[in-house]
Order: sequence, then C-alpha cells, then structure tokens
Amino acid sequence: MDLNLILDMAVSGHGDRVAVTGPGRAVTYQELSRGAAAGAALARTKGADAITFVAANHVAYPAALFAAAAAGLPFIPLNYRLADTQLEPLMAAYPRALVVTERLSLPGADPALSLTRQEFLDELSSDTPTVPSPAVPDDVAVLLYTSGTSGAAKAAILRHRHLAAYVLGTVEFGSATEEEGALVTVPPYHIAGLANLLSNLYAGRRITYLDPFDPATWLATVRDEGTTQAMVVPTMLARIVTYLDGRDACVPTLRTLSYGGSRMPLPVLEEALARFGDTGFVNAYGLTETSSTIALLGPDDHRAALRADDSTARARLTSVGRLVPGVEVEVRDAHGSVLPLGEPGLVLLRGEQISGEYEGESALDAEGWFPTKDWGWVDRDGYLFIEGRADDTIIRGGENISPAEIEDVLVRHPAVTDAAVVGVPDDEWGQRIAAVLCVEGPPPATEELQAWIRGRLRSSKTPDIIQFTDELPRTHTGKLLRREVLAWLQATAGDGQDVVSR
Amino acid sequence: MKAGLRLGCAECTTEVIVVRAPEGDVTLTCGDVPFVEVDAVRKGTGHGDANGEGTLLGKRYADDEVGLELLCTKAGTGALACEGRPMSIKRAKPLPSSD
Repeated sequence: MDLNLILDMAVSGHGDRVAVTGPGRAVTYQELSRGAAAGAALARTKGADAITFVAANHVAYPAALFAAAAAGLPFIPLNYRLADTQLEPLMAAYPRALVVTERLSLPGADPALSLTRQEFLDELSSDTPTVPSPAVPDDVAVLLYTSGTSGAAKAAILRHRHLAAYVLGTVEFGSATEEEGALVTVPPYHIAGLANLLSNLYAGRRITYLDPFDPATWLATVRDEGTTQAMVVPTMLARIVTYLDGRDACVPTLRTLSYGGSRMPLPVLEEALARFGDTGFVNAYGLTETSSTIALLGPDDHRAALRADDSTARARLTSVGRLVPGVEVEVRDAHGSVLPLGEPGLVLLRGEQISGEYEGESALDAEGWFPTKDWGWVDRDGYLFIEGRADDTIIRGGENISPAEIEDVLVRHPAVTDAAVVGVPDDEWGQRIAAVLCVEGPPPATEELQAWIRGRLRSSKTPDIIQFTDELPRTHTGKLLRREVLAWLQATAGDGQDVVSR
Repeated sequence: MKAGLRLGCAECTTEVIVVRAPEGDVTLTCGDVPFVEVDAVRKGTGHGDANGEGTLLGKRYADDEVGLELLCTKAGTGALACEGRPMSIKRAKPLPSSD
C-alpha cells in the first residue's frame, strides 16, 4: 500500500469534494490528483531526486507531497522558521531536490530548482503527461526531522508502507460526511501535520489551513467554516483558554478537538473541557518514528475520567489512552526485562506503522521493538501513561523521579504560570531537583512553594532549588527544552546562586 | 500470497490489496472468477451473471478461517469469495478522529 493508492481511492470515492482550502484557493481531490501527476512530471523534467517544502501550510503542501509520491521521490518538509545557519546543512544534504519555498534566499538551495508555492501550483495547471514510475510500498515516502529535544535533530525515514499502515489502521475510508471539515494549525514539517493530511484525505474530510495561529482567528474560523474537527498543540489550547478568559468557546459545530505534540498541563485541559461544551476531546500520542498516533484517549474516556470517583479512573485524564489497532506496547527496565502492568519504565512499541529508522540505521531490536525513550507505564485496563523522556528522569538518592509529576503540581499553584523541573548534578545525591518557574505577580517564597509540593507529593520530590524566569525554552509544539533549562541554571549559578553542588 | 499484493478481477472493475495474508495459497474469486494481477489485461465489463452485492470501495473483507484480509481499492459488481466461502465485510469499532 502506498500514498498514490490512498489518493486514487479518495478520487474514486469522493473526487468532487473539496480536499484542501487555504489562502485564496480550494482544491478538489480530483484536482489534487491531477496536480500530483503534473508535479511529478515537473520534478522529473528538472532531474530532481526529492521534493522539499520550506514554507507555511498552504494548498501547495499536499500537492508537493503527492507529486513526490507520484514520482517515486521522497518528500522532505523542513522547518521554514529555522535560521539560515540551521537550514543550510539540511538543504545541502539534498542538493538535487525541487524546492518549494517562500524564502527569498535559501542558503544551499539551487535557484534553478526553487519555486514559490504559487509558482508550483501554476506549474500544476499545465497539461503534463503522467509519470510512469510511481512509488512502491517500500520506497521512502517522507523524511521528517524529529524535534530533537535531547540532541541534534535527525531525519526519521517513513516509508509508504508505514504511513499507509497508520491510515488503514486508524481511519475508516470515506467515513466523513460532505459537511465535515478539519481546521489544521499544526506545522507542515511536523508528523501531526503530515498524518492529519493523510487521515482527513482518506476519510473524505475537507482540510482548512490556518497559519499563523492566533486564538481569536482560530475561534472565528471554526465558526465561519463550521469546522467539525480540529487539532491543536497544548500551547495553542492554553492560548485559547487564556483568550476565552472564562467565557464559553461557542463552537457548536466542533465535534472533536484533538491535542498532542507535547504534554498537556492538566489545569489547561480541565479549563478547556469546561469551556468547550459538547466538543469531544481526543488526546493523541505518537512520535515521528511511529508514523504519528499510536495511542488515543477518546471523548468517552475524558468524560468518564471527569465523572469518576475512584482515583484510577480519574487519573486517566493524564493518560494518553489505549493503543490503536495493530500496535503493541512493552514496558521494560534498564536491563531490558519486561515489567508488569503498573510499573514505570522504558516504553517500547511494535507494529506495521512503526518505522524507527533513521538515515543509515534502524533503532528496532531483533524482535521489531522500537525504543521510544519515553518513560511510562500501562494501567490494568491498558491505558498508557507517559511521564516524559526517559533521559529527563531525575535519579535522586537512587529514587527515580519524573519531572512532569512535579511540574503538574507546581502549575496548580495560583501564582505559577509555567514550570520546568530538572535534575542538577550533585555529589551527595547524584542529582538534586531544581525548578524554574514563570509566575504572575510577585514570586512566592521558596519555602511556600516547597510546602506546596510537600503537601501533595512525597518530600523526596520537593525541589531543593527554585528559580524564576520570564519564559521557558520550548519547541514550536510546546515541548520543553530541559537541557537549555539546565544550562541556564548552571550559567546563573555563577551569580552567587547555590546550584551545582552543595 | 503476500501482504501488499494487488489483485484485479478478470471481468469486473473490482481491485483489492491484500492487507493480511494467509499462510500458503488460497483460491480467491470475484463473482466466481479467479483474480489476476492488477496490471494484467482485464475486461472490466462486469460479470454476466453477477448475483452478489458487489464490492464496496474502502471496505475490508475478511476470511477468518485462513486469516485473509483484503481492502477493496476499486469497486465492482462481483462478490468476493475465499475457497468458495463468501467473504464478509470486516467492521472495526470506529476510532475517534485524532487528526
């Protein structure tokens, strides 16, 4: 199964429907398919060996993706917000790529192979012959750079069969009715943006792109377009609830609002659930290397958790839900032994949609298990809980401590708006716990915040160090860059702060 | 038979892709006519005596006895059968939209 077949099916099933709308233009599935063939011919004529997309969301994005598939070439969406110095080595790695970009000068790009989004679309309206060598299932469909919170970004390889397995496993073909529409604000170079496009196309749901995101325009667009499905990253949802300031969202057409991309702070989720009335919430967890979503916490799970009396069911609001069909999970300890249900450890995944492959290497073990490097556990009913990156786990005096758990408690303090907890190297304890906080108004006393934690978690989880800052370093999807927080802490230690070692 | 194999009906427009392959070979028919490779020359006219409901685009068809699962990638007039047994549409519990 490959992306070309998915588009062919969409054309036979709902060819006259609008597939994508964006600034100034709407494209039907039929037009998208014709455009893909023309784009493939263009790439071939130019002798390109890949198609890169270095721009914001636009109708040209799906056209470029399917043009690459129709030509049997990899599609490489890159973060158009990167600085020249960061983009240059990425561009230089694909010197023969056809480049769709809005940047006036893109270092490392061949001007003879570069087009703007509009120029690319214009080329697609010309009559061009079909290309005879489309992709096969084992071909590379997309190279996607992971967000790289713990090191340099690297390109994950997603083959047609991985993406097709995700779509087939999670979406019922043609299940969307004609009036359904999805509002997309996740970036085109993120796995959520790519997966979103494929799922909606297969379901037959119209996609509307909104870029850049702002809460007022987002709410207005949902109302104007009658949006039925939307996906946001946690920072976007936080901005929406801040903007609403206690008012109802008033978006009666919105059936589901899904979120993912980074950890959702519980206070934001609870506030959003209260503001969005009948809208069903979906937590989607997945990684670039797993072709997007591998676990889902659905609307019924959210409602049940809100209503629940017992703590196990209530805790599920912080779970990422249950596995999608075709994916298996194992939780292992540091020595590779499988742990029983309920015990936290390293999360490993297996299934047809899991790639786990990078340029030149595969991270899968002999049995096909992919180490996510996430730290988590599974409850008795199969709900998966992710506590964060395993590398982020603080080991204080031999005890494994999840920073996320402490952060969740800190952001519930009325004065705290954002929190980062990291382990600081320490001679006595191995690591000590440090918290860096953003606050509203005057910073509370360290002792008050420590008492706040101690009253809600074990005393061993109380931060030894508490510092304040204006803004925490995060990626575009809201993932916390802990190594930058630690570097900042260690840099400020020189200013007379007792940080590195007691 | 392998997962990913694409087959077409020799007489009608039905096309399928093997999603889950059984161990060993099985006889797979559409309107009682054996399937051929999807790229083979096919009539595409329809069956002279189609007596089933035909195939539906995007539906999955399964035979649990041998562990075969197909996805219909192009609809047609024939009814699918595995080893002479009519194949039924596999209905999965719908997942909430996560995208």
